[in-house]
Amino acid sequence: MAAKYTIKDFKSDQEVRWCPGCGDYSVLAALQRVLPKVCEEKGIDKEKVVVVSGIGCSSRLPYYMNTFGFHSIHGRATAISTGIKVANPELCVWQASGDGDALAIGGNHFIHAIRRNVDINIMLFNNRIYGMTKGQYSPTSKLGAVTKTSPYGTVENPFNPGSLVLASKGTFFARSLDAEVALSEEIMLEASRHKGTSVMEFLTNCVIFNNGTHAEISDREWRADRTIVLRDGEKMIFGKNRDKGLVLDGWRLKVVTIGENGITEDDILTHDSHSDNLGLQMQLADMKYPDYPVALGVIRDVADATYDERVAAQVEEVSAKAKFHSVDALLRSGSTWEVK
Amino acid sequence: MKHKVIDASDVVIRFAGDSGDGMQLTGSLFANMSAVYGNGLSTFPDYPAEIRAPKGTVSGVSGFQVHIGSHHVNTPGDFCDLLVAMNPAALKADAKWLKRTGMVLVNEDAFDESGMKKAGFTTDNPFEELGIEDRTIIVAPISKLTEESLSESGLDKASVLKCKNMFTLGMACYIYSRPLDYVYEYIENKFKKKHPEMIEPNKKVITDGYNYAAAIQAVPNTYTVAPASPEKGTWRNITGNQAAAWGLMAASEKSGLPLFCGSYPITPATAILEELAFYKNLGVKTMQTEDEIAGICTAIGASFAGNLAVTTTSGPGLSLKSEALGLAVMTELPLVVIDVQRSGPCTGMPTKTEQTDLNEALYGRNGESPMVVISSHSPAHCFDAAFMAAKIALEHMTPVLLLSEGFLGNGSEPWRVPSMADYPTITPRFAKGKEGSFKPFVRDEATFAREWAIPGSAGYEHRVGGLEKTHMGVLSTDPDNHELMVREREEKVARVAADIPLLEVDGPAEGKLLVVGWGGTYGHILSAVEEIRAEGREISFAHFDFINPLPSNTEKVLSGFDKILVCELNTGQFAGYLRAKHPDHKYLQCNKIQGQTFLVRDIVEAIDKAMEE
Repeated sequence: MAAKYTIKDFKSDQEVRWCPGCGDYSVLAALQRVLPKVCEEKGIDKEKVVVVSGIGCSSRLPYYMNTFGFHSIHGRATAISTGIKVANPELCVWQASGDGDALAIGGNHFIHAIRRNVDINIMLFNNRIYGMTKGQYSPTSKLGAVTKTSPYGTVENPFNPGSLVLASKGTFFARSLDAEVALSEEIMLEASRHKGTSVMEFLTNCVIFNNGTHAEISDREWRADRTIVLRDGEKMIFGKNRDKGLVLDGWRLKVVTIGENGITEDDILTHDSHSDNLGLQMQLADMKYPDYPVALGVIRDVADATYDERVAAQVEEVSAKAKFHSVDALLRSGSTWEVK
Repeated sequence: MKHKVIDASDVVIRFAGDSGDGMQLTGSLFANMSAVYGNGLSTFPDYPAEIRAPKGTVSGVSGFQVHIGSHHVNTPGDFCDLLVAMNPAALKADAKWLKRTGMVLVNEDAFDESGMKKAGFTTDNPFEELGIEDRTIIVAPISKLTEESLSESGLDKASVLKCKNMFTLGMACYIYSRPLDYVYEYIENKFKKKHPEMIEPNKKVITDGYNYAAAIQAVPNTYTVAPASPEKGTWRNITGNQAAAWGLMAASEKSGLPLFCGSYPITPATAILEELAFYKNLGVKTMQTEDEIAGICTAIGASFAGNLAVTTTSGPGLSLKSEALGLAVMTELPLVVIDVQRSGPCTGMPTKTEQTDLNEALYGRNGESPMVVISSHSPAHCFDAAFMAAKIALEHMTPVLLLSEGFLGNGSEPWRVPSMADYPTITPRFAKGKEGSFKPFVRDEATFAREWAIPGSAGYEHRVGGLEKTHMGVLSTDPDNHELMVREREEKVARVAADIPLLEVDGPAEGKLLVVGWGGTYGHILSAVEEIRAEGREISFAHFDFINPLPSNTEKVLSGFDKILVCELNTGQFAGYLRAKHPDHKYLQCNKIQGQTFLVRDIVEAIDKAMEE
């Protein structure tokens, strides 16, 4: 039986050194809150939990967790996580990466982990800026963003992490805001239940170099009108007055108001993250303010075999059929001759 | 002319043809049957990077050189006794490797106007043009004879023509009195599952080639090469890449740790990954990753998780792995990196051999980043070298870089297979009895190695990473702590010297000249030294398998000689390293940077010159 853990068991004795007001604090808090539940659900002890990161502000996270931790090098966290999980599939691997770490220098590892469906949980902290190097644009900075390396505004389009995950046929994608700790915890628990690469995007604020980057959707005053929390089996309804919803207009999503133009609640789409409806999920992940509310919650969560399972299964399968299992036998296999 | 059967102690044959002519297969079959027959043996595949270079051109020539002997053989041989040229380009490319007394066998059918033109011949007599008209030349219509041989096989013309290398092999088997049983058996095994219809045609065409060579008058003499009298036991022929993979599996078994290899295909190292991918029955997990960096990073992850972790590569891939190598140095995790060196810089000449990555292995990282560097000196020795690399990595908690070479990886030699009972144990440094009080960077007093605590061990939770830390594992930018940790990591690598064999001197321990080498030049230097001794001159030779740290008696050995001649396939990287580490000696250099191995002659000349100076 797994021991019962509390938040305290997952807090390390290291002082957290993010800037006051940094969005990363709340994601860390959500992770420390969810891990006792994860261990209980999986029936595992906490020493099976490994937290991996790359380089960047958010990648300092492993030092604040009282677990096995690996703070690696820039962009390579996904490759390190993959190696850990494949080497020992019993481990429960969580990864913290920023938008630069996962999508710029580490973009290749990111898409290939998703393609393979390695059973790891990737927490993608998206503050649309390079904070640790003090304010250069990132691959998620908006077109025209004025930063230290784009004094006249960027002239390149940003990635939407959700589109990238789903275009790679990712099996799990969810999104939350730094301020929504309970929702963050909720999607972390779903990510932990999901077998395969679970990508969670956290829209985080960088108070120093990109303050308010997500404010147009995250400000309390209008958050309910400009975001939509998707939950399985629930209607895609949002708004302060719960009067707006999403319908399909031909192939495209459309925002409608319940009670207007004969629209009733029955016309509103019902969310199903488990259906393999990549086209619709892609549209949901891609929704941007002001045309749409930004989707939060678990957008896609579909079952598929994991890479680490398949690797282990192949080792077992080949071993079961093989004629030998020792190096002495290997050395004497095939074409040999005797000198007497 | 009377046919003679001559007993030969050494024979070198070079099979050369278009890269689609199957010369690598022909050469390895000839080598393997000679190995089974009991000959001493060394092989050297020399092929272009293109899978099918422009047909009939000199740049597309693929060669495979086999040296067989009635005694132990050190090298694939400088020059050949028989050059098999399947087309004019092969003749043109490789005539320079023919001995004065050598023999040429050509496929007449390929020597038409267009073939001659593509090879760049300007007259209609290629032999005169190359100045080899005085050699024994066997001209045989091999394509036509193969077609005749298989006229009733039911195979289409393209398939029939693919068999012409087998006809050639049959002819070579006659000339060198090789029994055909082995090659029959090989063909049966190769085709029995997927193409049983190919068994009889292949056997027939080899037999017809053999009989044709026996029937024509063009083959003046045939040769026998008696079996060597090797050590008793079970023998096999093995390539360096295969041996390296097997050595890793042996270390996995001895250490009780599962083997993980994360790699990206790269010439000439790929065969190690291929070999490891095959033996899942020995518990090996392999990942063909998205790039070189993921290769080493998945391996570092696997090492953190408690596996014997490996990544394999060649020069350009090693460059890509540099930062992650630094991560392994900093986290002090066991890791084996095998670099099968090829000609550089950059993409260089991918299929050609060189020893030019030594400096990169020693110094190719940012910061003070000490690396254990060892090398392999022959194809079979790659087994022991890989085993030793893993043993050092696991017992000293350090990355170890093993330098192999294209020449060793692709080359082969007979190997008396060892018994695993004769190999030392490997004891990974797992932390014990420190639940709740584990300090990740506290070191063993003798070796300076830290202890290893892997995820899943209750009470050992800790963090590692690329940032500087204290012994406790706490991040620190304290100036004194950094200097202490830098010096301790350096000292840890230096103390590996206590666990490696002393440097041996072949010959007197004192004298005028010591010939020194490292890595795959061993066989050539040894042959050169033997030649010098055969002339009644005294010479000493020391070969380094361990480069960082150097064996602890290195200074003592070097002190016994007036001059030290360092032979290597680069501009003098090891010589420079020795000068830095052991400055009080007079060093001379023998270097070659042509993407080719030394010729024994090169080294003999360098020794002669060094002795005269």
